[in-house]
Amino acid sequence: MTRRVVVTGMGCITPAGATVERFAEAVFTGRSGIAEHAFADLPEGRTSGLKFTRTAQVRGFVPDDHLTPTQVMGTERSSQFALVAAAQAMAQARWAYPGGRIAVVLGCSTGGRTWEEPETAKLYLSNARVHPLTVVRSMASSGTSQVAMAHRITGPAFNLSTACASGTHAIGMAFHMVRSGLVDAAITGGHEAPLTWGFLRAWDSMRVVSPTQCRPFAKDRDGMTLGEGAAMLCLEERESALARGATVLGEIAGFGMSSDASHITQPDPAGAASAMQAALADAGISPEEIGYVNAHGTGTIANDAVEAEALRCIFGERGVAVSATKAVTGHSIGATGALEAVATILALHQGRAPFTAGLVEPDEALGLDLVLREPRLLVQQYALSNSLAFGGLNAILCFRR
Amino acid sequence: MQPSEDLQQKLIQMIAVSKKLPPETISRETTFESLAIDSLDKINLSFEVEETFGIEIPDTAIGSIKTVGDMVDGVRALVAAKA
Repeated sequence: MTRRVVVTGMGCITPAGATVERFAEAVFTGRSGIAEHAFADLPEGRTSGLKFTRTAQVRGFVPDDHLTPTQVMGTERSSQFALVAAAQAMAQARWAYPGGRIAVVLGCSTGGRTWEEPETAKLYLSNARVHPLTVVRSMASSGTSQVAMAHRITGPAFNLSTACASGTHAIGMAFHMVRSGLVDAAITGGHEAPLTWGFLRAWDSMRVVSPTQCRPFAKDRDGMTLGEGAAMLCLEERESALARGATVLGEIAGFGMSSDASHITQPDPAGAASAMQAALADAGISPEEIGYVNAHGTGTIANDAVEAEALRCIFGERGVAVSATKAVTGHSIGATGALEAVATILALHQGRAPFTAGLVEPDEALGLDLVLREPRLLVQQYALSNSLAFGGLNAILCFRR
Repeated sequence: MQPSEDLQQKLIQMIAVSKKLPPETISRETTFESLAIDSLDKINLSFEVEETFGIEIPDTAIGSIKTVGDMVDGVRALVAAKA
């Protein structure tokens, strides 16, 4: 019999709330964490040179309030977010599995930029000494190591980096590892703190960032809004979870992946559709059984049009309820898929599909059944969460109530 | 050579280098589509043009450019506006 994989713990730190409860409130009321960007690293006397001013930042985060002095010393913002979200999820799951039977699989795309970039700038500009903890604070796998150390997890542990799909790929891999019996349990998700001056300028140069605020699937959408944060899930085999009386928050029913293999930025609807198809096949269900899709929905002209085409291809005339959480959280690159996984699990758990915050005038040409203005009753058992990364790396999770 | 022709030749040269084509095969009437210049090529090329001429090309202009002539006229107007 196939082992089933359930979620028994969740944690997050996001621009719209630093607990799952606060995040849920933001997602279902449409309270956005997007605001004027406050620079931490802009050199004195410099102007940002950006064509946009808004991002989704985690506000008021004080590492010392959450972490030990050793943890603070060895980390930068991205890994600190990972530790905070993981601690919340682990506290909820209350595992007693041996450390060697637990995996850590995290997604982080950009590593420790908030430390590495200013440090490198000092070296290049004034030949300054480089801080001895630059390597350990900057490596993309830092968060994975820190989470493993914090919870004495000695099983398989690794980070993966697939740009905007990192968190979703990580959860998918962890799901496979638990389902196959390689491990009893896994802590998995994504974390990212990419909002450095250099990173913002690089995205600005690509001309895909909204000069206003991201409005996924809106007729007048004008780009994405960058964000940061972390979200973690505790996964374990269903029978074990039930036997120990754990509260089951949701189930991962399937996972699908594909590669567009066509263009480094322009997405291909065939790739997204094939990943959705793979997720449905893995879950052993038909499109009719899906009640809600949490879209990748970045708010760029290209992403939303291509994703809509892929959704129409899978769900046909009947359609499916669709919304995008990025209007609340911004796009936190490697973390975003994990944040959206939490949002999708919450949607099934609470029986209501969230709406896309701030979406007033939908783009009718997309032909989607968009959830507007208020959450919609969600009676079906299954939902999808889509991640479609730059470079055509697609990852889709299928959740079950 | 007139300054305006000079600008056109310079832009054609930049396109020729980026797409590894002989410049004489590119004219005002040549479409970006026929040169297989996609959205990413346009952004890449625009950055180089902005650096070379000290101008800022608006996002909306990049989307509407269809031919080499469109680009030459657009850049010429931006250079003139700067002067």
